[in-house]
Amino acid sequence: MSSRERILGAIRAGLEGRDPWRDPALVEARLKAHARGLIPARGRLDSAARIDLFIAMAEDVSTTVTRVGDVAEVPAAIAGYLADHNLPAEAKLAPDPALDDIPWHRAPLLELTKGKGEDADRVSITGAFAGIAETGTVMALSGPHHPTTLNILPETHVVVLRADQIVGAYEEAWDRLRASGRGTPRTVMLITGPSRSGDIEQTLQLGAHGPKRLHLVIIDDVRP
Amino acid sequence: MHITTPEFSANAKAALADEELQQALDKLRSGFTERRRAAVERLPEFDALCDQARAIKDHVLANLDLYLMRFEAKVIETGGQVHWCADAAEARQTVLALCRAAGARCVTKSKSMIAEEIALNDHLEAHGITPIETDLGEYIIQLADEPPSHIIAPAVHKTKESVADLFAEHHAQYGYTKRHDDAAALLEEARQVLRAKYFEADVGITGANFLVAENGAIVTVTNEGNAELTQILPDTHIVIASLEKVVPTLEDATTILRVLARSATGQEFSSYTTFSAGGRRPGDLDGPRSFHVVLLDNGRSSMLGTEFQDMLRCIRCGACLNHCPIYGAVGGHTYGWVYSGPMGAVLTPQLIGIEAGADLPNASTFCGRCEEVCPMGIPLPKMMRSWREREFEQHLQATPRRLGLALWSWFARHPAAYRGLTRVAARILTLIGGRSARIGWLPGASGWTAGRDLPAPEGRSFQELWAAKKR
Repeated sequence: MSSRERILGAIRAGLEGRDPWRDPALVEARLKAHARGLIPARGRLDSAARIDLFIAMAEDVSTTVTRVGDVAEVPAAIAGYLADHNLPAEAKLAPDPALDDIPWHRAPLLELTKGKGEDADRVSITGAFAGIAETGTVMALSGPHHPTTLNILPETHVVVLRADQIVGAYEEAWDRLRASGRGTPRTVMLITGPSRSGDIEQTLQLGAHGPKRLHLVIIDDVRP
Repeated sequence: MHITTPEFSANAKAALADEELQQALDKLRSGFTERRRAAVERLPEFDALCDQARAIKDHVLANLDLYLMRFEAKVIETGGQVHWCADAAEARQTVLALCRAAGARCVTKSKSMIAEEIALNDHLEAHGITPIETDLGEYIIQLADEPPSHIIAPAVHKTKESVADLFAEHHAQYGYTKRHDDAAALLEEARQVLRAKYFEADVGITGANFLVAENGAIVTVTNEGNAELTQILPDTHIVIASLEKVVPTLEDATTILRVLARSATGQEFSSYTTFSAGGRRPGDLDGPRSFHVVLLDNGRSSMLGTEFQDMLRCIRCGACLNHCPIYGAVGGHTYGWVYSGPMGAVLTPQLIGIEAGADLPNASTFCGRCEEVCPMGIPLPKMMRSWREREFEQHLQATPRRLGLALWSWFARHPAAYRGLTRVAARILTLIGGRSARIGWLPGASGWTAGRDLPAPEGRSFQELWAAKKR
């Protein structure tokens, strides 16, 4: 008998006669319904308060945020951020069609290369699938338009997000993912602040293995 | 790994006398417990979420075979493979075979308690494959050749001076000759050394906090981002996880995630929570090409239907360790193996046998804090009591303890004798206590009185006072 059969047999033997007894119909129904559990009140705010909470929670975990009124302001916002932090005006850009709408020529000194993340990259710029207000979290899906290495290899990760991508609770992001029809991505990353470690004497340090800085540029002007 | 669980008493004595350890444990108490309290206060729904999280796990356990089969089917759908392993030896062999098939010489690992449980590193090393731990704490204890002393903060017993010594000793080979003694510089050095290892590795091994039956994803939770680098850069991603990690849906994983980080480190959410399903998809520029889940039983299926089934709800947050007065006094290494604190006191006898683990269920004051802070409501004190009963039945306790219990049970069954004894004892202890009403030394109780005074009774026994009051 294979280990698989032995393990499944041992599980069934252990559950034999227990209440509640295993119920295949219930399991199917539950998987199909994927019902939400309790969503905390802070995850159910209206639009303006939701964006404010998203920013407050993000800043609470050392993410920095710039809000711009129009997509045309994004290049200058990013160039300004890099200059303020003495970072090179060079970045690896996600090959994401949504980022092509940004008029990058408005920041002529910003040198952009498209592709996946490499060890030498110091700055990456990506989009994201959603922002989640309850904990200031960014949800990033892997795919040809968004190599996961961009989220984790460079020291500085800049994320461009439209205000209408910000949802209250994780569950709304899961629903949007299901509704997008793209199936299960290889990787869904929930990113909440830059990388950190408290493993040396419980002293919190930023930039353990992943980014030392996470910067969000939120575009407020969203036309339906 | 050498198991020192049977030497618990000797380990505890040494730990109490270890000043470096005692300082570290002081910090743990003030750090994690305080931050957890604050996080729970910030979320009014915390208790209700814990109730839901617990109900999810109970539902899964009652249908465990069904959810595991669904998870397996979904992993296969995404191009991955599931390897069912009945015990530690089979899991070690399976991981080794997968590493060999990938032609691996070097593997990176993100922290996994299951890997510790099956002693994976020793096995890989013995067969010519170099495992590199990437979680900073786990990396530190790998250099020190020690087991983890805490399930979420494996190097919590190390001071930064010890870390500096270890790095100075082990990093010279990479050209790092300057000894740093501040935490930031140590972290930066580890970052650089390990960054090279991520690129060198042929296989990345991670654990999993959850296995999602709905879509075959595995979930890792880290603050450092090391699980992501470990799995994304090499061509092969091996996940090792135990059976009870499965949850039905993304929503279920979300509910439990809401209580996990808050219970563990007092964070609202850990920095990185990553759902990974299968290998690289068409058009992807990065990610592993093959994806394997090694599913470990190692005695867990035999806990179903027993008084220890509820232990399978454990999500390894470490809250019970952080709030345990015994763990806080002696630290994790005293428990002699992989799991420590109250969850270790229940799980270790199950995994290594009650003979070797006999002392652990007795290392408790039954204060009940562990059960109170457990987000999954696991009745840890009750389970420790079950182990103690088994020990008594199997004659595993030392003779003095058995005699003591026999004596106690005789008095408990003879109330008149009990009343007589307590009357006399209360008066003698009052006399010894004298005017200060504290007892600093008592024959046979030096283990207690060496560390603190015993408060003396006030002349009469409780039953005498009760009888007087009734009149």
